[in-house]
Amino acid sequence: MAKRIEASNVSSYYGSFKAIDSISMTVEPKTITALIGPSGCGKSTFLRSINRMHEVLPNARIEGRLTIDDQNIYDSDVDVTAVRRMIGMVFQRPNPFPTMSIYENVVAGLKLNGVKKKSLLDDAAEKSLKSANLWDEVKDRLARPGAGLSGGQQQRLCIARTIAVQPQVVLMDEPCSALDPISTLAIEDLMFKLKDQFTIIIVTHNMQQAARVSDKTGFFSIEKTGDPGRLIEYDDTQKIFSNPAEKKTEDYITGRFG
Amino acid sequence: MSLLEKEVPGVVMTPDNIRSKKLPWAVDLGVAVVALIVAAAVVLGLGLGNWVLVVVVGIVFYLAGMFAAATRVEGRRSARNRLWKTLIYAACILAILPLASVVWTLVSKGAARLDGEFFGTSMNNIGARDPNGGAYHAIIGTLEQVGLATLMAVPLGVLGAIYLVEYGRGKFALTVRFFVDVMTGIPSIVAGLFILAFWVLIVSPWFNNGTPRFSGFAASLALTVLMLPTIVRSTEEMLRLVPGPLREGAYALGVPQWKTIVKVVLPTALPGIVTGVMLAVARAAGETAPVLLVAGGAAAINFDPFAGNQSSLALYVYQQAGDASRFAPERAWTAALTLVALVLILTIAAKLLARRNRLT
Repeated sequence: MAKRIEASNVSSYYGSFKAIDSISMTVEPKTITALIGPSGCGKSTFLRSINRMHEVLPNARIEGRLTIDDQNIYDSDVDVTAVRRMIGMVFQRPNPFPTMSIYENVVAGLKLNGVKKKSLLDDAAEKSLKSANLWDEVKDRLARPGAGLSGGQQQRLCIARTIAVQPQVVLMDEPCSALDPISTLAIEDLMFKLKDQFTIIIVTHNMQQAARVSDKTGFFSIEKTGDPGRLIEYDDTQKIFSNPAEKKTEDYITGRFG
Repeated sequence: MSLLEKEVPGVVMTPDNIRSKKLPWAVDLGVAVVALIVAAAVVLGLGLGNWVLVVVVGIVFYLAGMFAAATRVEGRRSARNRLWKTLIYAACILAILPLASVVWTLVSKGAARLDGEFFGTSMNNIGARDPNGGAYHAIIGTLEQVGLATLMAVPLGVLGAIYLVEYGRGKFALTVRFFVDVMTGIPSIVAGLFILAFWVLIVSPWFNNGTPRFSGFAASLALTVLMLPTIVRSTEEMLRLVPGPLREGAYALGVPQWKTIVKVVLPTALPGIVTGVMLAVARAAGETAPVLLVAGGAAAINFDPFAGNQSSLALYVYQQAGDASRFAPERAWTAALTLVALVLILTIAAKLLARRNRLT
């Protein structure tokens, strides 16, 4: 199920502004990859280009190749909806649908894509909520609005919603930045659990988190404001945090820069 | 010594005492009474005006008196706070007064003819000396014309707004938005003339053996022209308020754009859209000129909006208010009251419907 992602020379532009410059990296299936780096260095831009979410912004375009199991997702005959169905995404801020209940939020992806059978939806809702460590907290109030949950619960609801459609890759854009340490831990546990099924790429500002959860880490940086972001180093997490090859990486993770 | 103290002599930003004296409410009341008495003495004594001026001058005196008293006891900052607070309350009451006055006038003058006959009969064969007669035909006209106009304007307007917010890029969208803004300012008589020239004189003969014909439908076309810009603009504003991350959240689940709009964006914006639609409906229900121009007005009941003259409540009010019969003004007032009540009921019903979809 999980897919291999290969980026080669991916550059991204917003109008005439170049946000990232020829990023090349390979993400193996069933691994967790962390992307770290200072603010504005293009981590999120790169992440959003993996499921073509950057296209939502006007004037955004991309150069280079990005393949999922050897299919280039930027080929002209690719259906962007199908790409996003394969590659789910969890955002920095929890964004449950405000008009939907907890249950409806979880099954939104299935329901809006045509799954109508109640038993199927019920199963998917329970399974996804259990995977997201949220079932016990909400099982008695599934009909209540999703927006009424606490921030950490909302974020787990969004994760449940994402995994309910059974994507093959899950992208996470700073999923814990608005959460307290307990909710953060719950989500990290969840990521370990999900690793058996999904390929996970996570953008994080929390270096301990990157060190704890990821198998591989990519360090992004920029020379100065206005320059495009570049991938400085990409290696096993162990190596990046103990013996990085680049001076810049070492400076960043030891706190001397960024 | 704080930094500020050093830089701005005399300003103490860190007081030792956080308590301050408060004027008791009795002083408030006392100042108000004194202000009113003084105002009455001045205004009535000098023969400047009646009690309305007394109240206005009294409020000015009250503001001045309270400001002076509060400055003395509570300090300048607190006095200014009181002054502005009173002004804001006064502005609010002033804004509500005309509204209350309108409602009171309508109810008191409209109640006289608020009977079964008014809602059950038309003006057919009612002469100048007949005290009876009703607005049944006008109510039917208003409901049919506004109903048809809403049926046409809401889908067009909402879809147009969706285009502008979700799909529109570049020059074409800008042009559309510009002309929608221009349309907002179209006087209703111009909309009526447009439909008269286009629909009544050119198109309607095709359906009527070559003879031009007034109809309620022509009126609803004119009302549609008037409702469209209001609905487009208010819906557009509401759709823009729906956060982008909500759309992205749906896209990330592999939901196509049109389904995201229908199932996520529209429901989120629904209460606001309903409010905008009701504003447009209220405006359309109150229009007189287009109905007079293209539906012609009628004294008899006509259920068919597609053939023959129709009246409407607004037009009925206009005609009765100008009628020479001494029974006509009463009918005009009651029709005006009916029109306001109708719009109110529709608005409440629409809000309740929109709320039912929201989770509690």
